[in-house]
Amino acid sequence: MGGDHGGAAASLAARVRHVEALLEQRGLVDPLELDRALEAFLARANPDNGARLVARAWVDPGFRARLLLDGNAAIGEVGVSMGGGLQEQRLKVVENTATTHNVVVCTLCSCYPVALLGPSPTWYKSEAYRSRVVRDPRSVLAEFGFALPDAVAITVWDASAETRYLVVPRRPEGTEGLDERALADLVTRDGLIGVAAV
Amino acid sequence: MGRINDVGGMHGFPPIERELDEPPFHADWEAHVFAMNRALIGRGVYNLDEFRDAVERLPAAEYLAASYYERWFRAITALLVAKGVCTAEEVAGG
Repeated sequence: MGGDHGGAAASLAARVRHVEALLEQRGLVDPLELDRALEAFLARANPDNGARLVARAWVDPGFRARLLLDGNAAIGEVGVSMGGGLQEQRLKVVENTATTHNVVVCTLCSCYPVALLGPSPTWYKSEAYRSRVVRDPRSVLAEFGFALPDAVAITVWDASAETRYLVVPRRPEGTEGLDERALADLVTRDGLIGVAAV
Repeated sequence: MGRINDVGGMHGFPPIERELDEPPFHADWEAHVFAMNRALIGRGVYNLDEFRDAVERLPAAEYLAASYYERWFRAITALLVAKGVCTAEEVAGG
């Protein structure tokens, strides 16, 4: 999957161009508009948005509470939204604690807070991850280099067309002196999905 | 029997492969498929649920053999034909 850089990929690229040309003839797509829309989308939706939300939650208990209660409403306080996609989906934010860790998957396809974080990583969409993380999350986390203590329970959230999930990792120890921006730099996309500690 | 996309709990898939610093798209055509799909849904040619259904209805062998955006492209072309926007011959004519 995805590793074919030879003839098949070239032919696929040609077929995509061909269909795009058909749609252009019919006035259904405008290549320039597609490029502009894509550029604007990628500039707006990326993992930094999630990192900023997490950092704010770490430093502001009131925001943290609002974020966990109603993600869609609270994220506006940080200037981001779930509305950049085709239809706004519910954002459910879940928080890791000393006793519970959260991991997100979409077993049926690839549901993810795309409007907020941009396209998901390829592994997230793979059958390998989708099939296994619901059955044996601990070993999947270990494979990602994240050895979660046995005492910590794992909750796996299966995203759907209507509801997308975002994980608030635990604030690392020794970060008391960091400001919100420096804290955001610590947060990774893997952390927001729950396959990394932060 | 469910559709092939319903893989939760299944055994036998290969190991999870990760890529460091993965870009949003790996090729221009993937970005174009993504953008085309947004445009077509935005214009109401089909809706998001129809699109998901079209991906999930791909024959099992085809679904498993295709990359993620290749599935999207197959679903998009199937919907364009089903909606009468293009004929199957036109779509295949590339």
